[in-house]
Amino acid sequence: MSIRTVRNLRRLSQVLFFLIFCWLILKTNFEVNVDSDALSEITLPYPVSIALQFDPLVALATLLANGTLFKGLLWSLVILIPTIFIGRFFCGWVCPLGSVNHWISEIKSERISFRGKHRIESNRYKKYQRIKYYIFFFVIAAALLGTLQTGLLDPLPLVARSIGTFLLPTMDVAAQTALDWVKSFGIGPVSRTAQAVYDPVASLLLNFRPVHFHGILTIAFLFVAILVLNRVFTRFWCRGICPLGAMLGVFSRFAIFGLQKDEKTCDHCNLCLQSCQGADNPDVGSTWRQPECHLCLNCQAACPQGSLNFRFFPKTEGTKENPAPTQKIDISKRKAVASIVGGAALFPLLRSGDAFAENSNDRLIRPPGAVAEDDFLARCIRCGQCMRVCPNNALHPTLLESGFEGLWTPILIPRIGYCEPTCTLCGQVCPTGAILELTLAQKVGDRETPPNRIGTAFIDRGRCLPWAMATRCIVCEEWCPTSPKSVYLKEEVITDRNGHELTVQRPYIDPNVCTGCGACEYACPVVDKPAVYVTSVGESRSPENQILLRRKTASRTTREIAHEN
Amino acid sequence: VKRREFLKRTSKATALAAVCGGTGWFFHDRQWFNYQPAVRSRHDFQVDADSRWPALTLTRREDHLAALHDALDNIGSIKRFVRPGEKVAIKPNVGWDRTPAQAANTSPVLIGEMVRLCLAAGAAKVVITDLSCNETRRCFLRSGIKEAAEKAGAEVILPTEEDFVVTDLGGKMLNKWPVLRPFLDADRLINIPIVKQHSLSSCTIGMKNFYGTLGGRRNQLHQEIDQSIVDLATFFRPTLTVIDATRVLMRGGPQGGSLDDVKIENTVLCATDQVAADARAAEFLGLEAIRVGHIMLAEKAGLGVVDYRAAGYKEDI
Repeated sequence: MSIRTVRNLRRLSQVLFFLIFCWLILKTNFEVNVDSDALSEITLPYPVSIALQFDPLVALATLLANGTLFKGLLWSLVILIPTIFIGRFFCGWVCPLGSVNHWISEIKSERISFRGKHRIESNRYKKYQRIKYYIFFFVIAAALLGTLQTGLLDPLPLVARSIGTFLLPTMDVAAQTALDWVKSFGIGPVSRTAQAVYDPVASLLLNFRPVHFHGILTIAFLFVAILVLNRVFTRFWCRGICPLGAMLGVFSRFAIFGLQKDEKTCDHCNLCLQSCQGADNPDVGSTWRQPECHLCLNCQAACPQGSLNFRFFPKTEGTKENPAPTQKIDISKRKAVASIVGGAALFPLLRSGDAFAENSNDRLIRPPGAVAEDDFLARCIRCGQCMRVCPNNALHPTLLESGFEGLWTPILIPRIGYCEPTCTLCGQVCPTGAILELTLAQKVGDRETPPNRIGTAFIDRGRCLPWAMATRCIVCEEWCPTSPKSVYLKEEVITDRNGHELTVQRPYIDPNVCTGCGACEYACPVVDKPAVYVTSVGESRSPENQILLRRKTASRTTREIAHEN
Repeated sequence: VKRREFLKRTSKATALAAVCGGTGWFFHDRQWFNYQPAVRSRHDFQVDADSRWPALTLTRREDHLAALHDALDNIGSIKRFVRPGEKVAIKPNVGWDRTPAQAANTSPVLIGEMVRLCLAAGAAKVVITDLSCNETRRCFLRSGIKEAAEKAGAEVILPTEEDFVVTDLGGKMLNKWPVLRPFLDADRLINIPIVKQHSLSSCTIGMKNFYGTLGGRRNQLHQEIDQSIVDLATFFRPTLTVIDATRVLMRGGPQGGSLDDVKIENTVLCATDQVAADARAAEFLGLEAIRVGHIMLAEKAGLGVVDYRAAGYKEDI
């Protein structure tokens, strides 16, 4: 097989893995047909979070943060072990963000730095490429102490989060806007054509209903910045920032596969440098850096002399004209120690703030089945799969609701969407066990099992229509899904300001029944600030965040449920 | 490639791969993670019933030490309750940042003397601890209990988070709660409460004193106060209850503060029946035991006898 064929195979592999990744995220969606005869549990037809479980950084960081490797994360060895033997093939052949960066970097540019001599110079190894190792050591040390921050920059959760929470919803609005604009001309055939284009696009790409997410601008900013930076420095992200790339670089320390350069045939045309992705110095005359190489094979395919060859057991001796390759990462011990110390200091710093336990947000409602907050922060990689899959658009990325530590972790905002009683999809898609997969009985409860609670509803009697405004309402009672209803009514005869007698039904909450699903808050007709609202108190996951002793005695923590499964 | 280099390089990479694979497999969690069920253990520290001795003794003396000694001797002396080599835990009431005269906490004189008696009877170790309501250190210092107990040779533990162990109390209302470890580890438990008025449970004497063994959101126990007290008293069946009625807090309990609310009684009670003890001590507050919810509930649960005269009562005034 010629080297050009292999390069084409790599291109194919990049496209294929990119499409698989996107397809999995598209399929992280509630589109199953519910069998109305059987009260069966709704499950997704595909293991939609499998891609995230192949991520070695997710595996390593969650292992350090909570001591075990959750379920499917063993798959990450499929990436890690070949990397140990051959190097960072993942970056060049598999990673969806790497591929996008690759493609964007390769678009012809008017920038001088992207042409000729300048491009060759820019593709040589640069000191800034060390930054990714410092980031990697920093987040790993932080994970070891119990705060998982890898997900902010780990490419797979980053892409999943970006596509799921901002790219697809933005496309949704864009497509709808374009369609409305075209239709506004009122020309029949044009409108019909536009509709005919829109429908297949919508059914393929768009959500079954428009979704709106909290705080996506920050997510969008990071993602767009990563893409745009490719136009300034080729694959800036992959070379300089990506902590997963750094991890794979560290693990290629003993690789037995690499680049062998032949100084006798090389005529120093520098075509290898023109197309280098990793800036790992493929040219004869510089030290080739294994931990930087993405194994894209562009250099070998570009070499007209056949002087560059990737092979097993490349020569390790160097000459003056052709220095030996290195497998060590280019980072000073002091700075490595400094990043580790910095990362280790992050945990006590974050936890000495008030956001974690002392002054936790009363509206920090986590998804059903979420584990206790400290475990949660040691597990959630902010991939956004739970938000993407939630059929009610109830789950959102946080901004500062759970402090800086919990940026982009899921929060339930009942005003936008409530928790569907019979749905357990968020737990099904969580790749790290931050949200536990519940059975239907564990979610809604039955004779033996108490329901999973995410909070408790309260009535604001100063805003409620029957309480404050002598007006009939009971929408909350109507919407309450528990059985018996947690919202109960008492009929009372009141007089309005003119002295007319009126019978209203005033709502009360029975906290022993309420699960905090938020349907009442969602439906409350007091539009801006609802007269019934949910706060996190009483959530099953926390033995501390409780009000009622009876209810606490009768309920079980998420951990105990986990133990039964 | 030379054979030597081939072997060297392959073995390095293989070793790293094996470490990664092995680590992954070792930590691979098909189900879930280190969940440990709470320890279930019923703690019965009681001594065998002995018909030679009454279940409750009461002594009134100006000298509080003499009151303690005589009350104790009348129920069988310390040797009946503490055997050589045993670990003894003492549960005082050190709930508040108050001085001994304000009668919110157990008398340090009685605590110190009790420690001395236990050690003299051959106890290997005497541990004293309590989870105070106010800041612990201030409570232990101002009450005089830390100084008195340490001077007498006891180990005084000011609880931190590590001192608690989640325990299944197996009660009707209380199941899993963090409990102070020293009370679980001991061989003998001596409860030394003080008599105080309490607006919700009418009185806080012996059984209510076990609230101090719990961590967590203790303030929720008020929602089901009678059952909670009985659950705790069922879990902890103390070897001996010594009630400090030298000063009684008649009003403004359980925290007190004003000396006007304190009544001097110069009395010490010793009991093997904690229900009888509470029933008798409630009379200092002008209460009839049959009107006190948790005392009646405790009798119903089989913890003891409200009619203390029937249980065996010796008064020495």
